[in-house]
Amino acid sequence: MKSEKAVQVIIGGEAGQGLATVGRLLSLILVRLGYRIVVTQSYMSRIRGGHNTFAIRVSPGEIAAPVEPIDVLVALTPETVDLHRGDLTEDGLIVGDASFVEKRKGCAAVPFGEIAREQHVNTAAVGLLCSVLGIGLDMAEALVDETFKKKNEQVIEENLAALRGGYEWAEQREEIHRPLPAPRRREKRLMMSGNEAIALGALSAGVRLCAFYPMTPSTSIPLTLISAAGEAGVVVEQAEDEIAAINMAIGASYAGAPAMVATSGGGFALMIEGVSLAAMTETPVVVVVAQRPGPATGLPTRTEQADLEMVLYAGHGEFPRAIFAPGDVEECFYLARQAFETAEHYQGPVFVLTDQFLADSARAVKPFPVEELEQVRPGADPDSVKTPYRRYEITGDGISPRLLPGASDHLVVAGSDEHTEDGHLTEDLGARLRLADKRLRKGLGLSRETIAPSYAGDAEPEVLLVCWGSVKGAALEAAGRLRDSGTAAAVLHFSQVWPLDPGRFLDRLRGPARVIAVEGNATGQLARLIHRESGFEIPERIHRYDGLPITPGYILRSMEG
Amino acid sequence: MATIEEFGEYETAWCPGCGNFALLEGLKQGLAASGRRPRDLLFVSGIGQAAKAPHYLNANVFNGLHGRALPAATGAKLADPRLTVIVESGDGCCYGEGGNHFLAAIRRNVDLTMIVHDNMIYGLTKGQASPTSQRGHVTKAQPGGAAAERFDPVSAAIALGAGFVARAFVGDTEHLAQMVAEAIAYRGFSLVDVFQPCVSFNRVNTFAWYKKRCYRLPAEYDPSDREAALRRAGEWGDRIPIGVLCRADRPVFEDSIPALSAGPLAGREVDRKKLSQFQRRFG
Ligand SMILES: Cc1ncc(C[n+]2csc(CCOP(=O)(O)OP(=O)(O)O)c2C)c(N)n1
Ligand code: SF4
Ligand SMILES: [Mg+2]
Repeated sequence: MKSEKAVQVIIGGEAGQGLATVGRLLSLILVRLGYRIVVTQSYMSRIRGGHNTFAIRVSPGEIAAPVEPIDVLVALTPETVDLHRGDLTEDGLIVGDASFVEKRKGCAAVPFGEIAREQHVNTAAVGLLCSVLGIGLDMAEALVDETFKKKNEQVIEENLAALRGGYEWAEQREEIHRPLPAPRRREKRLMMSGNEAIALGALSAGVRLCAFYPMTPSTSIPLTLISAAGEAGVVVEQAEDEIAAINMAIGASYAGAPAMVATSGGGFALMIEGVSLAAMTETPVVVVVAQRPGPATGLPTRTEQADLEMVLYAGHGEFPRAIFAPGDVEECFYLARQAFETAEHYQGPVFVLTDQFLADSARAVKPFPVEELEQVRPGADPDSVKTPYRRYEITGDGISPRLLPGASDHLVVAGSDEHTEDGHLTEDLGARLRLADKRLRKGLGLSRETIAPSYAGDAEPEVLLVCWGSVKGAALEAAGRLRDSGTAAAVLHFSQVWPLDPGRFLDRLRGPARVIAVEGNATGQLARLIHRESGFEIPERIHRYDGLPITPGYILRSMEG
Repeated sequence: MATIEEFGEYETAWCPGCGNFALLEGLKQGLAASGRRPRDLLFVSGIGQAAKAPHYLNANVFNGLHGRALPAATGAKLADPRLTVIVESGDGCCYGEGGNHFLAAIRRNVDLTMIVHDNMIYGLTKGQASPTSQRGHVTKAQPGGAAAERFDPVSAAIALGAGFVARAFVGDTEHLAQMVAEAIAYRGFSLVDVFQPCVSFNRVNTFAWYKKRCYRLPAEYDPSDREAALRRAGEWGDRIPIGVLCRADRPVFEDSIPALSAGPLAGREVDRKKLSQFQRRFG
């Protein structure tokens, strides 16, 4: 992955100043023009004040990693300049109001007060950036038109005026131009974040009920579903707590509605008894856990990968599960779909483990072929089962015929106590063994079907970076830079972290001189799991747990020690 | 229309003489009177002696976690509103462990019926105080007597605006059956709190204790007057009223959810064209 041509624009300011609006508008303009983007949103846990940034890394070619260096720093407050000056590249530009930005080389001191009315300053900034980046104003004008279409003509005119004001001011000042290379090819792309893609994947799989209790960084999943709810026929219910949320989802799924919950660490902790219930009653449920740094409330708006072990061991008793860990926005979509399919087929809890960075990271994605993709169809055909119907009939693969209540004369009895094949509670210890073995046998199928880690890079690398989830892009770019500097390098990325099948990756680990686990946590949870499952102890580790996403630079600096 | 026999006879794990037997009998009579067939019914229960009841009759059953029957029932009802969904569990399960869900269920007003086996004690865990135990009730876990005030479920439900609140006593099965049938017929959240003596662990609130106090609400009682209902529900001591204490029409949750207007969620097809349109909004 080449990065020379990528440019990073960072908009910084206080919460409530509308920096995300500027960021989103500019991102969408860039995506429509055919650029690739990686958005990193970094914000503090407050609604007003504090200091937040919206970083857009943009390139004509494929990019997938967040980076630190800043080419264009748009400061909505003086504090932005103080905080981020150090990250500016040699040719970096500071853009800000003339009241606090000096008039000197490398600075654009903008008299925003003269260009636009106060409420349109953000729009003026977008216009200005269009000039700085050399992308013209047509797309911006079209978007402003669309965005304010629902409001009146006057609002559109005022915003267009501000947009042009900013653009023209910058056009006259060649010294602040940092033009982007032209995009290679204009093919249709959409701007989508990880959480939006999870929601879209769930819709495409046929989700019918999502129960949630608000918790950053998971909330944008139900919010995206709500924005589609009417037309998509989905019930999205804000439950009284996370315990209610998961039990509601399980109840809905038992009655035939594909169901999900989305939460983060603390909320997931409350759901854990429900995970065990889904396993015991053999009810499909998709659980999305969007990680943020813990313990306890931790850093609510930052990112981390420290809940792998929690999700892996969540729930009392022993039962099979699958845990997916998407590495990019495309994987968010496809693995969300996969989670519903796996949950339905194996009748139990299936997890999607993401994190704040990926949840909020907008990218330019190809439209997903939603018109061609199949949905999940819950339940078996009532005519296909033996009479008397037994919900938990013992079978070779452990999968019993799941009927839906009310769909036929067969009564569907599901139990949280140990039960006999017909679902009724029992304390017959022989039945206990038979049913426990039946449930566990489903784990064999899950293992057989597990997604092998993806491998990218040199066939015989000196350096192998091992990672999971959202670190994928940073690892790929770090490996690319290593190759550029003459070191053979590759990446082994796990998009499914449970079950692991060592047969599918052990050989990859054995060859390279340096095998390095790169994880967004302090203790190396995947490395520990790989060791336990395969016997291979990854000798080198790179960890990050300061709340920020892992970048290629972070990996390379850590490798140098 | 189903007969009582269709709901079956099962061997139970209850103590001889337990009030649960009469409750089950009254319940089956009420089900038969309601006109529902076993296949139309979904019982959702939690954990406790009471929560085993659905295993002793013919119906669909989701026997979930202690305290969590209501949210599971809510999910199931939203998934398939054709099901008659009945939550059945103990006082500890419904008002203690599941207290927050009780509040939320009343506020939401999904069309569910909640039948509580109220023995004013934790039976399955061998006799600790429950939220409905009276202040001063001595148990092994509360040797100095329960220090907290008794939770009064019917008053709480009325105060919260519940649309159907009834109390029954297993010593009057005919009346119990009537309460069950009326609760099922009511569209919205309905509560039937049933006094059910626990012969093993509650030596205070015995069959005789209830028998002496319970009286049927008089025919002229008007359950639509919520303030009067609150006063009546608060009667406790020598005389305790049973019957429909409060009844009112309220907006039903399901009616305000656009996604439910097209019928059950279960079995619905993804409208791929619409989904494709939705996806375009990201462009
Ligand atoms: C999460 C959880 N906590 C505690 C228990 C143990 N437990 C089972 S039943 C019960 C109380 C039962 O009381 P109640 O709901 O009144 O039912 P009863 O047995 O009196 O009919 C308790 C505490 C449990 N099963 N799950
Ligand atoms: S413990 Fe009490 S409530 Fe439970 S079965 Fe025995 S008598 Fe009935
Ligand atoms: Mg009890």
